[in-house]
Amino acid sequence: MQPDAESGRDHVVPAAPTSGPEPQVVLEMRGITKRYPGVLANDHIDLELRDGEIHALLGENGAGKSTLMNILYGLVTPDEGEILLNGEPIQIREPSDAIARGISMVHQHFMLVPVFSVADNIQLGQEPMANRVFLDRRAAHERIRALGNAFGFEIDPDAKVETLSVGWQQRVEILKALDRKAEVLVLDEPTAVLTPQETKEIFGVLRRLAAEGHSIIFISHKLYEVMEIADRITVIRRGRVVGTRLPAETNEDDLAELMVGREVELTVDRGESHPTEPALVIRDLRVNDDRGHEAVRGVSLEVRAGEILGIAGVAGNGQNELVQALTGLRRPAAGQVTLGGKDVTGASPRALYDAGLAHVPGDRQEYGLVLSFPIKDNLVLTGYHRSPFRRGFVRDDEAVDAWADKLIGTYDIRTHSGEVAASTLSGGNQQKAVVAREFSRDLKALILDQPTRGLDVGSIEFIHRQAVVKRDQGTAILLVSAELDEVMEISDRIAVMYRGEVVSVVDGRTANREEVGLLMATGRRDVLPETRVMTSE
Amino acid sequence: MEVVFEIPVIGLILQFVAYLVQVMPSLAPIILGISVPIAFGALCGVMNERSGVVNIGIEGMMLMSAFFGFIAAGFTAEVIGEQVIGPFSATVPLLLGVLVALATAMLLSVLHAWLCISVRADQIISGVIINLLAFGLTGYLNRIFISPNPGLGGGTFSSFHPPSWLVDIPLVGWLFSMFLEHGPISMTLIVFVIGLQILLFRSRWGLRTRAVGEHPRAADTLGIDVFRLRYRNVILGGVFAGLAGAYLTLEQVGAFQNGMTVGRGFIALACVIFGRWTPIGAFGAALLFAGTAVFGRAVNITPPTGNLAPLGDFLSSIPQQFYGVLPYVVTIIILAGVVGRSIPPAADGRPYEKEGQAA
Amino acid sequence: MPVLAVFLGLAGGAIVIVISNAASGRGFDLLLPLRAYASMLTGAVTGVDELVRTMSEATPLILAGLSVAVGFKAGLFNIGANGQFLMGALGAGAVGAAVAGWTPWLAIPIALAGGMFFGALYGFIPGALKAWTGAHEVVTTIMLNFIAAALVAFLVTGPLLAPGFSFARTGDVGNAAFPAIGNVAASGHIGILVAFAAVPIIYWLLNRSVLGFEIRMVGANPSAARYAGINPGRLVILTMSLAGMLAGMAGAGQVLGITHFVSASFSTAAGFDAITIALLGRVHPVGVLFAALLFGVMRAGSALMQIQVRVPVEIIDVIQAVILLFLTAEILVRWIFRVRVERAGLEELKTITKTYGQATR
Repeated sequence: MQPDAESGRDHVVPAAPTSGPEPQVVLEMRGITKRYPGVLANDHIDLELRDGEIHALLGENGAGKSTLMNILYGLVTPDEGEILLNGEPIQIREPSDAIARGISMVHQHFMLVPVFSVADNIQLGQEPMANRVFLDRRAAHERIRALGNAFGFEIDPDAKVETLSVGWQQRVEILKALDRKAEVLVLDEPTAVLTPQETKEIFGVLRRLAAEGHSIIFISHKLYEVMEIADRITVIRRGRVVGTRLPAETNEDDLAELMVGREVELTVDRGESHPTEPALVIRDLRVNDDRGHEAVRGVSLEVRAGEILGIAGVAGNGQNELVQALTGLRRPAAGQVTLGGKDVTGASPRALYDAGLAHVPGDRQEYGLVLSFPIKDNLVLTGYHRSPFRRGFVRDDEAVDAWADKLIGTYDIRTHSGEVAASTLSGGNQQKAVVAREFSRDLKALILDQPTRGLDVGSIEFIHRQAVVKRDQGTAILLVSAELDEVMEISDRIAVMYRGEVVSVVDGRTANREEVGLLMATGRRDVLPETRVMTSE
Repeated sequence: MEVVFEIPVIGLILQFVAYLVQVMPSLAPIILGISVPIAFGALCGVMNERSGVVNIGIEGMMLMSAFFGFIAAGFTAEVIGEQVIGPFSATVPLLLGVLVALATAMLLSVLHAWLCISVRADQIISGVIINLLAFGLTGYLNRIFISPNPGLGGGTFSSFHPPSWLVDIPLVGWLFSMFLEHGPISMTLIVFVIGLQILLFRSRWGLRTRAVGEHPRAADTLGIDVFRLRYRNVILGGVFAGLAGAYLTLEQVGAFQNGMTVGRGFIALACVIFGRWTPIGAFGAALLFAGTAVFGRAVNITPPTGNLAPLGDFLSSIPQQFYGVLPYVVTIIILAGVVGRSIPPAADGRPYEKEGQAA
Repeated sequence: MPVLAVFLGLAGGAIVIVISNAASGRGFDLLLPLRAYASMLTGAVTGVDELVRTMSEATPLILAGLSVAVGFKAGLFNIGANGQFLMGALGAGAVGAAVAGWTPWLAIPIALAGGMFFGALYGFIPGALKAWTGAHEVVTTIMLNFIAAALVAFLVTGPLLAPGFSFARTGDVGNAAFPAIGNVAASGHIGILVAFAAVPIIYWLLNRSVLGFEIRMVGANPSAARYAGINPGRLVILTMSLAGMLAGMAGAGQVLGITHFVSASFSTAAGFDAITIALLGRVHPVGVLFAALLFGVMRAGSALMQIQVRVPVEIIDVIQAVILLFLTAEILVRWIFRVRVERAGLEELKTITKTYGQATR
């Protein structure tokens, strides 16, 4: 064993996982338990991380993976259990403890200050100083450039983070973690916003890091990714470890069953679609973003009654602005939108509702629900202005109650009463409430924005099935999702958005994942993405 | 030069500008003096909001520190007399008064910090509480302590007078007059403005403060103690509010009146927004407000002549009351014109909760 | 919980009384606060005249409290109730003076409507500013308060000046005056009935009507309200105008019921009391009613308290601040009384701070 000159710690030369002596255990979490009111987030979890391995933590949304890692990183204190680093028990009470011990984390939601530069974000917390008070900007720049070069990126330290693409923001996050000389690196759903190509890139970086002696924990809910990158896979379900596997010994179905606890149909049977005439027609639509730049650049699409058109694309390529323009939350700069033949360009949300358009928003808590209102009021949130829910100036409380009872029953929304606040519902049930409300009327068109984000498998299945039912009733459905899998699973046709334009429309059944991924990353079928040089947008 | 003035419309505007340039420099020291409490209040606001805390209680902090500073100076003067011991006619009572003013404001800041950061109460209500407490308590104690003692008081600091050769320098001489013809508290203003500006954008403290005001969770995950930083900044911000209050009763006038802050603590908030949450910007905005407050006087003392004479007559005929409310009107106009375009620190007003804490 | 907060507020006031009394050289008198509060109560409830005066003090407080509460429900902080009060008073005084000779059946409603109109107008201004430019109502309404005082001084000494009086004031409102109730000295008037009637009306408006549903939605979650088809700007303007109207009614009541004219230095503290009243009443119309009655008692009795025990009336402002403190930091109440109290925080309050510095989109 050689003392590591940098850290002063004994450093084992990593052995290949399947040959040679048993590799050292770098990190052990024993009996970790964490209770929240009403929920046992972590139930006596044991986890073992070996030196130089990439260990995947697999589980569906809400299973407790993030909680476990937040405990490791000091953001959350466990109720029971202990953590051992290189064999000795340690106390981690806050992130600075974890950082000091060489544990670094890349979070699911970016922990970057948007208005700060790349340099400021990376140096924050361990700034190189010119003297006791003032920063040494030049030293910070040098260090960051060197860091980027070590991994083959060309970094612009002065670029403002909010101008970077999500792929580059992810890279900045990873560099930030690496800059802290991490021995243990934790990545929480790092590929959620990446294209298939960028995912491959990141995996290459991770393998290199593992070979150089870093030990990595990789949290994900995506089965095929985990199969590809992990050396070992630990599956968590409802706060408990239900098994640890080697990729060679298992497959996606096995893992899915472990994750969910029962046999799972990985795909919803979408059946045949029988589209008729176009219901939602978008012609040459141009929409500006908050800063006045063109986010949607002349998009033309037709969604026919009885079909699901899915929009695939990396987050930030104009999808948000497109959805906002179609749902009355943002005025288009130019172009035309017709619904059932009627011109609804720039119409208000109320007018669109009355014309037969429904919208399931991407952020259910911010837009889709008023959490402090009772569930029954939420179930008429968009329709309260029409009879039977109103009689002139007054609301008809009885009609609202009856309607709420009906929806709660039909959609199996888990609550004991419609009178309690919507905040008491679980994430899945909250989304079910939104879906129940919007699906339960005759619709010409339906816009679904990230409809299953953050939901458990059961809720995802449910919502996908309901969407197919709605389609078969003759509704034109526009699905916008950052989850390529979701788009490919239920769309009859897929449109790819890149830099504000629709670059291609392909058949949903025959689409090739690689091809779509390339289109998402570069807008072309044949060109590989440029991933070396940081570009501001 | 006069030819330019003959151009219709634009010439008139240029004449007006020339008039301002002619009249304002002699008023510059007065303008700075009026801006002192507003600017200090704005610095307090910058410290608070850059860290992510909204503070509308600056008015109350100024009023309380003005009162207690005055009382401390007054009573001390009765006990030990008013012997001058330093420049600016500094006496022990006056110095003690300043210290008490600072302590008062810092104590109120502790309350505000506790309510906003630990209790996570609504931050605007916390400011309202401080204002109510200040108005009530100072009004009440005024009746009890000051009204029966009309002669109470510790006097005021006196102004420094820069030598006349300095002031008479052509073109820039008036700047020396503007910044130096003041008492000690006013003279520290420009130092604090520049100092805070440099520290906020070039020091480690400044970087971390801004990070905490924009994205406290990101700062937290990097090991920065968000709560401690916010507490410290809010309490230090109180120093500025205390200086504003001390200025009012220990440098500007040697007396206290109920509600003597007359809304300047709120105008300070508009300055913060107008100045885009930077010390120098806020200071500039404060000068602007002070300018509007003085404008009425300027027009009466030195009315515009020549082509502008009709304008001068019109402006002189407007009752002084209107000029009195000009700062308030300008505040509204600025808020209306600037707010939509001015982006505050992203976490401004949002209490920070660590993930593991029960709601 | 509000009861505990009031108790603690009185306790806080008591502490201030004792300490300041001692510091001013009049000795350490622990019973002084009790005598002060007793005398306050005496001055407020121990006789018909006293009760009438209490009701009369409470009248504007009920209306102003409703004004602030309605604002809160929409996520708006109406600190401008004072200014709206003044405008309503001025409007009622000016219109009243103009219709002073008409039959009371017409003069009273018209003058009252005048007060309501100008109050609403003065609420419309910050509402429109917020809706169209994002200027936060907290600062704009405070500025407007100062401007209102200046406007009153200007108008009363100028265009509205009534000749022949020894000080600057508007003309007598004559037949537009509210009929009195009880003894003249007690200043009772039918305005109290108006105030009492407003409570169930506002309750009904907020909780049973469609408009009330929209107001509450905008206060609870403005983004969801937009998504749900509501135009938040329109609602902000409507709500602020409504709040202004209520505060204007309070001012109109003062003029039409008690003073019968407006002087150049006409002023009020009702707008600030109203904030504590609205929060003490948990932003609920009935709660506001009770809180306003409590403050009515305090204000009515304070005159006697100042005479008998020589405790200045400003102590009520101190008590108010302490009550508000304990309402906000319910954790303190919990600690002192070892009881479980629910958070006094309201969802709508979060919206107020959230919109500070950002345009309503």
